[in-house]
Amino acid sequence: MTTWNEYIEEHGTAPEWPYPIRYEQENVVSVDVLVVGGGVAGCRAAISAAQHGATVALVESGNAKRSGAGGAGVDHWHGACTNPCSKVTPLDYTQACLESMHGYTNGIARYIICKEGWDTLLECEAMGVQIRDVHDEFKGAEFRDDETKLMFGYDYENRHVVRVWGFDIKPRIYEEAKRLGVQIYNRTLVTSLLTDQGRQGAKVVGATGVNSRTGEFYVFQSKATIIASGGGGRLFSFAPEVTAAGSMGNMNASGGGHAIGWKAGAEFGLMEQTGPGRLAGFGYAPYSMGGAHNTWHGVSIVDADGKEVPWVDAYGNQLDTVDQRFLPGRGQRFNLGAGIGITIEGQDYRTCELARDLPERIRRGEFKLPLYADLTRLSAMERRCIFGMMLGNEGKTRIPIYETFTKAGFDPDKDMLQAPVALPEAYRHANFWSIATMGTNLRSAAGGGYLVDWNLQCSLEGLYAAGGAPIFGSGCHGESHTTGRYAGRHAAAYAKTATEPVPDRRQVEAEKKLVYGPTKQSRNSVGWKELNYAIARVMTDYCGKYKSELPLSRGLSLLNELKENEGASLYAANPHELGRALECLSLITLGEMIMHASLARKASNAWLDFYRFDYPQMDPPEWEKLLPIRLEGNSPKTRELPLDFHLKAPYASSYEENYQRHATVGA
Amino acid sequence: MSAKAYMMPNPATPNKGMKFDPAICIGCNQCVDVCPTDVMMPHPEAQKPPIVLYPEECWFCGACVEECPCPGAIIFSHPVATQISVNWKRKETGEYFRLGMKNPPPPNLRPPSGGVAKR
Repeated sequence: MTTWNEYIEEHGTAPEWPYPIRYEQENVVSVDVLVVGGGVAGCRAAISAAQHGATVALVESGNAKRSGAGGAGVDHWHGACTNPCSKVTPLDYTQACLESMHGYTNGIARYIICKEGWDTLLECEAMGVQIRDVHDEFKGAEFRDDETKLMFGYDYENRHVVRVWGFDIKPRIYEEAKRLGVQIYNRTLVTSLLTDQGRQGAKVVGATGVNSRTGEFYVFQSKATIIASGGGGRLFSFAPEVTAAGSMGNMNASGGGHAIGWKAGAEFGLMEQTGPGRLAGFGYAPYSMGGAHNTWHGVSIVDADGKEVPWVDAYGNQLDTVDQRFLPGRGQRFNLGAGIGITIEGQDYRTCELARDLPERIRRGEFKLPLYADLTRLSAMERRCIFGMMLGNEGKTRIPIYETFTKAGFDPDKDMLQAPVALPEAYRHANFWSIATMGTNLRSAAGGGYLVDWNLQCSLEGLYAAGGAPIFGSGCHGESHTTGRYAGRHAAAYAKTATEPVPDRRQVEAEKKLVYGPTKQSRNSVGWKELNYAIARVMTDYCGKYKSELPLSRGLSLLNELKENEGASLYAANPHELGRALECLSLITLGEMIMHASLARKASNAWLDFYRFDYPQMDPPEWEKLLPIRLEGNSPKTRELPLDFHLKAPYASSYEENYQRHATVGA
Repeated sequence: MSAKAYMMPNPATPNKGMKFDPAICIGCNQCVDVCPTDVMMPHPEAQKPPIVLYPEECWFCGACVEECPCPGAIIFSHPVATQISVNWKRKETGEYFRLGMKNPPPPNLRPPSGGVAKR
């Protein structure tokens, strides 16, 4: 007996809530550094702050031991440019990212991960994560360096992506945080930032939170605060009955970390880029289908008759051998690999891929569906590496894919895994498990986030940001670790100079009133799921791929109506529902941020995959800029910032000089 | 089977992301504690497997299985829509298989590369 229905049938009555209910009970926690979000970025930020002498509280809406988008593992670590085998410098790599995205990504975060990603990975190794082929299982393989026993992905010549056995990386860093005395508050949702005298735009002095098991209230007083929260996967598509299994961001990802900063008056960048992405929605379980992208990169794809789909290099030249799929193309210096929040890889850095005209060739009948991933066409080492190593360690693959599939009899030495059967155009990208998906995922779409400086400090004093979702133009697992580590030590250094935080009592009381609203409503009002569906409907209809002034304005009005009417009468039957209800209110705020930012960009932009019906001209040069946006009172304020603002005054003009000026602060 | 019936809401969907084997599960609730989305609740009676209260909030990460100290106590199970999607073909024989099929082929016993989970 494991379901609620079975329990009811046996006992005739609903089981009582298993945890004590403590609505309104207030706990006060006072620390040097508060970390909002306990995923990989948050745990690394907490570790780093604690190592630099700060007292630290880590607040996580799930359980930090295995939570967060990176909590379920990792199989390859990008941007390890300073590993002993890398032939790509941090500057080369950063410039490749910026060039690929035409400047619409975060140069600061990109450079930091290139400089410190490898060091951060070595720290993971010291915490017990396997990052080398210590058992010599792959001795002699093309992708392995026999001296260091490191293994590489995507570009075996340039070796800046390290393959790792990261299925247990999250428990390892969680244990390290605990060992260092970090106070961990699990099942606690942060609902607002507290600012000096309760003023918007003022110094951040802490946050409020509510526990989703007991309902008790928290006031966190902190000298420095780091936002390391998740994205907003439930914003554009919400149908958990269908989509949860197919998503790379779990239900907790509701944009809370964005919403609290917006209300506090922090400035954000590229929020208009946040839109329908590929990794969440109505697809298949991640990596569960035959494909040739990301963790499946390099696998041979054959059609129903066993005819192989050709591979091409960055310039479209057909490749003759399997080995070439893992090398730079003819005349190409290096390739970037996949899964780093770069939505358009520039041709000079593009990774080898399946023939780009595959959809047309399927339509013509040249390739017959279904397609299959045929691992047997790879060398035994490569096959074992992709299925046995990478699919045993990547996020949501150790149990859901490796263990489940092998128990069911799948054998990569003998079997071909089928790709989804879909419309021809769906095969334009080899990430086949995400075929036909819709909806957004801030982590994957490299969407908007806090505008940060070279200390990863936000526009508000005392506030820092780290991780894939909170920093705009950012993306991968390793980056979350590395930016967390960097922000942690900067926050700790700042805390040493900061005055004692004094939360404003009126701000706390106002937040408390808001937080407990859903516990006092009639059961006849709306529940959180119904509201979430409605929010997703507004976002999909009024803020979809093609936007224009009137629908965006109407969408904002409708979101506001949801907030003022249905949102204000939301009910919650227990603390769990209360948490989900409050997340829905965050989603509304996140939706407003995206719509305001979308209204501000009065031009279509290919790099941002951003289209305005009312401004159809693509990429007019006068709109090649960032449009940071923040809330002042209840009105959004935008300003203009050059795409390379991070290399302009008050900063130095080179990446390395900026890094040297800032990286050692507090170190 | 009793002829008695109750007024019940429809079964949640997906309904069985994780199944418990009561003969192996010791009711330690470590899975309850670690689940990122708080899908399960402790059973009111000690030592009994947890109650899956919010199955539709499961994101199928496998954390509960990795955390479980009693291998086999939790059986991870993809939604049927996923199971019916996962198909494979044996190259030599042309046979078709799928996840969740009746009479599946014998399991492939090769463990993943590298370390195994600390239980």
